[in-house]
Amino acid sequence: MSELTSLSIGDARDGLERRDFSAQDLTCAYLDAIEAGSHLNTFITNTPEKALADAQVSDKRIAAGEARPLEGIPLGVKDLFCTKGILTTAGSHILEGFEPVYESTVTSNLWADGAVCLGKLNLDEFAMGSSNETSYFGPVCNPWKVDGGSELVPGGSSGGSSAAVAAKLVAGATGTDTGGSIRQPAALTGTVGMKPTYGLCSRWGIVAFASSLDQAGPITKTVKDAALMLQSMAGFDPKDSTSINVPVADFAAGLGEGIKGLKIGIPAEYRVDGMPAEIERLWTEGKRWLEAAGATTVDISLPHTKYALPTYYIIAPAEASSNLARYDGVRYGLRVDGETIEEMYERTRAEGFGREVERRVLIGTYVLSAGYYDAYYLKAQKVRTLISNDFKSAFEQVDAILTPTTPSAAFPIGDKVSDPLEMYLNDIFTVPANLAGLPGISVPAGLDDQGLPLGLHVIAPALGEETLFRVAHVLEDCAGFTHAPKKWW
Amino acid sequence: MRASPMRPKNGGDVNAQAKSSKLISGATGEWEVVIGLEVHARIMSQSKLFSGASTAYGGDPNAHVSLVDAGMPGMLPVINEYCVEQAIRTGLGLNAKINTYSVFDRKNYFYPDLPQGYQISQYQYPIVGEGEIDVELEDGEVVTIGIERLHLEQDAGKSIHEERSKKSLVDLNRSGVALMEIVSKPDLRSAEEAGAYISKIRTIVQYLETCDGNMDEGSLKADVNVSVRKPGEPLGTRCEIKNVNSVRFIMQAIEYEANRQIDLLERGEEIEQQTRRFNSETGKTTKMRGKEDAHDYRYFPDPDLLPLEIEESRIEEIRQSLPELPDAKKRRFMTELGLSDYDAGVLTADKPSAEYFETVAQGRDPKLAANWIMGDLFGALNKADLEIEASPVKADQLGALLDLIGDQTISGKIAKQVFQIMFETGGDPVKIVEDQGLKQVTDTGAIEAEIDKIIAANPDQVAQVKEKPKAIGWFVGQVMQATGGKANPQAVNQILKEKLGLDG
Amino acid sequence: MSVDEHTVQYIAKLARIEKPVGDELKGLVDDLNNILAWVEQLEELSTENVEPMTSVVDASLRVRADIVTDGGYPEDIVENARDARDNFFVVPQVVE
Repeated sequence: MSELTSLSIGDARDGLERRDFSAQDLTCAYLDAIEAGSHLNTFITNTPEKALADAQVSDKRIAAGEARPLEGIPLGVKDLFCTKGILTTAGSHILEGFEPVYESTVTSNLWADGAVCLGKLNLDEFAMGSSNETSYFGPVCNPWKVDGGSELVPGGSSGGSSAAVAAKLVAGATGTDTGGSIRQPAALTGTVGMKPTYGLCSRWGIVAFASSLDQAGPITKTVKDAALMLQSMAGFDPKDSTSINVPVADFAAGLGEGIKGLKIGIPAEYRVDGMPAEIERLWTEGKRWLEAAGATTVDISLPHTKYALPTYYIIAPAEASSNLARYDGVRYGLRVDGETIEEMYERTRAEGFGREVERRVLIGTYVLSAGYYDAYYLKAQKVRTLISNDFKSAFEQVDAILTPTTPSAAFPIGDKVSDPLEMYLNDIFTVPANLAGLPGISVPAGLDDQGLPLGLHVIAPALGEETLFRVAHVLEDCAGFTHAPKKWW
Repeated sequence: MRASPMRPKNGGDVNAQAKSSKLISGATGEWEVVIGLEVHARIMSQSKLFSGASTAYGGDPNAHVSLVDAGMPGMLPVINEYCVEQAIRTGLGLNAKINTYSVFDRKNYFYPDLPQGYQISQYQYPIVGEGEIDVELEDGEVVTIGIERLHLEQDAGKSIHEERSKKSLVDLNRSGVALMEIVSKPDLRSAEEAGAYISKIRTIVQYLETCDGNMDEGSLKADVNVSVRKPGEPLGTRCEIKNVNSVRFIMQAIEYEANRQIDLLERGEEIEQQTRRFNSETGKTTKMRGKEDAHDYRYFPDPDLLPLEIEESRIEEIRQSLPELPDAKKRRFMTELGLSDYDAGVLTADKPSAEYFETVAQGRDPKLAANWIMGDLFGALNKADLEIEASPVKADQLGALLDLIGDQTISGKIAKQVFQIMFETGGDPVKIVEDQGLKQVTDTGAIEAEIDKIIAANPDQVAQVKEKPKAIGWFVGQVMQATGGKANPQAVNQILKEKLGLDG
Repeated sequence: MSVDEHTVQYIAKLARIEKPVGDELKGLVDDLNNILAWVEQLEELSTENVEPMTSVVDASLRVRADIVTDGGYPEDIVENARDARDNFFVVPQVVE
């Protein structure tokens, strides 16, 4: 039943409604695909029994005419979302054996809307990485590969999510995006990855990395699917003080409306040195597509763009150093014994955190420490204001901004592990939207010379999701991206 | 987009020099002690500062703990509105500026009873700014003590150390309960001033019902900063004594610490900036850690919370709803009820006493009420080691007793007897007087009959009293004895004078 | 600004991560210095009179009512602990 796994969420929903197949058929098709795709290492925990039980319930509800918005749709969950009674690892050794007694708001929303849980997806440890290579549970393979070439990274940190969607092991997946962790892996796997406005999805029950930047969002096969999934994921949550109390719009409804009359900004600063010609070309193409669809493109300036990454690499580690202090071996997860409490802390945390996490915790601790706060952290917060102001001025002129998603296509596993800075540059185009709290989406738009997918990236003003989806939908239409990775696994 | 204002400059000022009576004499001359107090007051509220778990004291281990309080992954804080109001109320009670914009910061350190690995506190932008309170000393001197700030923060859990297993048991029931940290300016100049200051803070929060002030349960405790200097010289190096939990201990700790520092300096040694602890058994302070081990708390604004903004109108509403505070109450007791400065001071020193007094004095002679409360009641309570709230004699019962004196049902002397019975049995005075037949005899016929008998039986005494009218006391005694103390003393006196032919 | 081995060990202590030594320490010193040197490009920017941004949500803090809505499940609280007894968490003795 491999064709079932090719269906978009929208089409699967229609098929279920027409009784072309049952939710259990659909779930079984995905469970088979997951089993066959184990080489990709996309899952940390599989929950087939739960999936089948969920699907059974869905079939009953469909039969009773009580289908919910995502009834019977099998999804994967990034293993950063706490799931009740299901191992939750954050890709780290330090959460060893941790089974939360609670369920995150976002996943609760999905299950309440009828979605089926296939399991927990691999990720960079604590979502810190851009290639899924920092996971304690090993790297994830990108289903895309150059013929005869080595295995590639799926991007990160939501690499399990992006690879699983690209390899059709799940109909859609949740991700989280702190500096590009949804959009960059989506771009590297030919999938759609969407990060909403900060505050649209509740952070309650999501293992925190950098609280002022973290936002949950979907990774899907199509733009419409992303809109459908976000519809369920989003919503005001009184348990999250940074949750925005606005009604959730019907994101999918406006998709067909086109973009006639919209103004699209093309920021000069995103044309960076050493950007591959094929990305430049794709960007220009994207601009033409939007113009052809009736939008006007406008050259704009976001002057502080080059400072976004260094700003991010002060703020995110600083917040992370504090957010990760709770992993001390006392209440959950790994404990390495010691004679004294101090010894226990130090051994547990040395053993439990991987190298990249340790690096960021140390950097974060340093930039907040006495004597350095002003030079680093306070400075970064001020530059964050400048970056945010750049977008504010830009959005006085334009309705959305078009940029490439990444500076390159997927790269081989192991290529950039030894050079943190090189790795950090992957998020150069995605980080500014996090700093400013803006929604962004990556849409697969073409292939590079080696046949690997590339994404185009749209940024909209805060709470401009409807515009964002409309523009993304036009890009998707024009790009007509029907490529899929050849099954080699 | 939210941007916060620039960091302000901190800086407390040091008040004028202490009076010479507060100086400590050393071998090299006189020393001045400079003290600042950080008082931690647990806020009275139903639920915790950032979670919906109960604040009830005690409870089974980890029973009053939510997932937020336990620092579970992905848990987020949501602030308790009432705790914010309690802080504002307290700030107003301290005559302090309420900040309409304040920020919550994370104070990062590791400790097993601190589950998040940081305490949510306020650093640069506290909810309450500068204020001041008047503190009255034993000799009547009133000193004004500056308040630097008041901020909101979370309490920590509790570790119980188990010697046998070399383990510690962690209970998070207190974790996340709201605290107010009230920081004084370094305006205090003696242990007595410090004791009077914290007592005053305790009285104020009790009046406001923002903290129960119970120091035994740790609802109120203080970190004490002590330094010494020669009068007129710049501030010396200070030591901080952590977590002192009674007024007496605070005073003892200061005495000890000031003398320790003076001894060191007089021996030509330097004071090391230290964090110290007070041992209540030895009365001494000992070193916990030095400057080199001082914590680096890495404060930064908590990204899980937004800045707290308070409407001026809300502050005004709270101000309007404040109860009468101790200073105002004392003034009223003196000017309207005619109590002495001393009596008014004692009766307003804690809220339960003031309330007790006001109930008793309602519609009665305030001075008589004050005398009974400060004399018989406080004496009996002291002896029984009871707080006034636990008094077996309730205020309305004492009032009823005073009424019995007022309408001459019983004499003052009998009243004391009745009070004892009331205190022991908790009984109603009217009933006690009835049951035990203690009613005063005002029937002059009965009294006259007794007097006639006594006069007839004691001719010598009758002769004597004509020479020495003061000897009438002997006859009064006899009559009272004969009537079991129930005869109205005024009536006895009057009839005796008539019968003995003495001038009225 | 750059960090030396001593500083890295001090930060590790603050972060309660066992003191790195040897090659691991050297590697960390290099990594941290590279990252710090890179983020220091922010110094090129004048941020005079720029207010620091702490949150992207343009709102005041939302408050909740003072009612008890949570707690009462101590077994769940200690469920995931490696060492617990009578619903207490158990840790090596805390000595100050």
